[in-house]
Amino acid sequence: MLHVTNLQKTYDTGDEALRGVTTSVEGSETVAMIGPSGAGKSTFIRCVNRLTEPSGGEIDLDGTELTALDDDDLRAARRDIGMIFQEYNLIERLTVMENVLSGRLGYVSAWQAFRRSFPPADIERAYGILEQVGLDEMADKRVDELSGGQRQRVGIARAVIQEPKILLVDEPTSSLDPETSDTVMRLLTDIAADRSIPVLINIHEVNLALEHADRIVGLHDGELVFEGTPDDLDEAALDRVYRGADIPDTTTDGEGSTETDDQEVPLTTTGSTAGGV
Amino acid sequence: MATGERTWQRPTIFRTRRVKWAVYAGLLAFFAWSAVGIGFDPSRVLQGIGNTAVLIGDFLPPDATARELDRIIAKMLESVAMAMVATVTGIAVSIPIAFMAAENISPKPLYALNRGFISVSRAFNAIIVAILAVKAVGFGPLAGIITITFKTVGFFSKLLAEDIEDIDMGAVDAVRATGSSPIQTLLYGVVPQIIPRFAGLSVYRWDINIRTSTVIGIVGAGGIGSVLLTAFNRYDYQYVSAILLSIIVVVLFAEGVSAVVRRRYQ
Repeated sequence: MLHVTNLQKTYDTGDEALRGVTTSVEGSETVAMIGPSGAGKSTFIRCVNRLTEPSGGEIDLDGTELTALDDDDLRAARRDIGMIFQEYNLIERLTVMENVLSGRLGYVSAWQAFRRSFPPADIERAYGILEQVGLDEMADKRVDELSGGQRQRVGIARAVIQEPKILLVDEPTSSLDPETSDTVMRLLTDIAADRSIPVLINIHEVNLALEHADRIVGLHDGELVFEGTPDDLDEAALDRVYRGADIPDTTTDGEGSTETDDQEVPLTTTGSTAGGV
Repeated sequence: MATGERTWQRPTIFRTRRVKWAVYAGLLAFFAWSAVGIGFDPSRVLQGIGNTAVLIGDFLPPDATARELDRIIAKMLESVAMAMVATVTGIAVSIPIAFMAAENISPKPLYALNRGFISVSRAFNAIIVAILAVKAVGFGPLAGIITITFKTVGFFSKLLAEDIEDIDMGAVDAVRATGSSPIQTLLYGVVPQIIPRFAGLSVYRWDINIRTSTVIGIVGAGGIGSVLLTAFNRYDYQYVSAILLSIIVVVLFAEGVSAVVRRRYQ
């Protein structure tokens, strides 16, 4: 489904947020991406739909190479990617319904969008999803009247109404209390299972990841340092992810070391060729 | 006992206390130099107070013949109409300029160009613009409308651009992430966030424009100002105070409306 190869991002400030990350998300699995703040989790997700422009690497979504798309094609591709954000990123002054319907903007004209005249099928979908997230009574409420948990459910509804091929979720619970966090995580995994689409969730709360994810990937300082099932995530692995313990190539992490090799080999060859010429 | 008493002083925003006093002394010197330079003379102030008392006597009570009253009303309506037209045209011109002058959504060259235009509009006082407009299109309200429109653009697009720069870009990202076009992103991500300020600014600028429209007639750009100038030139002070009174009434009314609307909207 989603295959990311050697994804790199260096910000204008010189910050290397991603140093060549290779991973994939398949079928209808829930993948949790864990790591300390600043590890590059958000950058990774934002690079996938190019809200942040990656500096290098390939992103293949269902056979489409996203990094090569021009503006129009990128917009079409983004319709297939549902995004859910840490701070909900809703439009505060608009109603719940308008926020949810904004997930269909990729399918209507600017004039329709301005007039808020979405096709009846979209309205139907919106009500259906609002019911599923338990907000059907709230359709005409303004978003700034809602609680945090309710807002995040509006955010989820906006992503789901896109009928995406994948959900990318950036720290969905860090602004929520533990109980609401659990509900939101359960809702996300339920929806994914319901629609048999994969979900990639950035999360720094390891226990939530362990509880809800089928697979876990760990980032440390822009590099992939763990990939495996929740059961594989032992103390040593956690150390690598959170403290960057300096012995990456021991047990399960064959992948991590080959990746660094891949990265270094072409670098040195080009370097020496350039020097020779 | 051994350590002795510790003292503490509030840190100054100047680097040292000596710099602070130097800055204050400099300011005082600038003021003194300015006052001497323009020949500020306290005795003339005292003399002026005497003259003012006489003048106030001449001004009161406000009085106008029926014909003068008609003229006040007609020209005041012209002022109000000029302000209204120029507010609408000015805001219409300001909207695209404001978007182009917002650093967070506009490309650098376009941003610089529009910020430059805004600065030019803000550099000149309305009277200077009015003199130029009268030279360009002749006496009358058209010159006034051009003047006020020009001034509105400088004010309105600067403040609106700053509001656009303050919006929550997260919501804009989220709308973009759904695959929306740039126009749709503006409509859903940006516009809802600036609407309340837009409404408030519009009314505020309308109220400023009413005040401006009562003045620029003095240089021939239409409105009540021209009547005021003729009255002054004829030393018809009671007529002058009738005109001033009408200006006070209209401006206070506009300010009141503006204050109420802005309070409701924000």
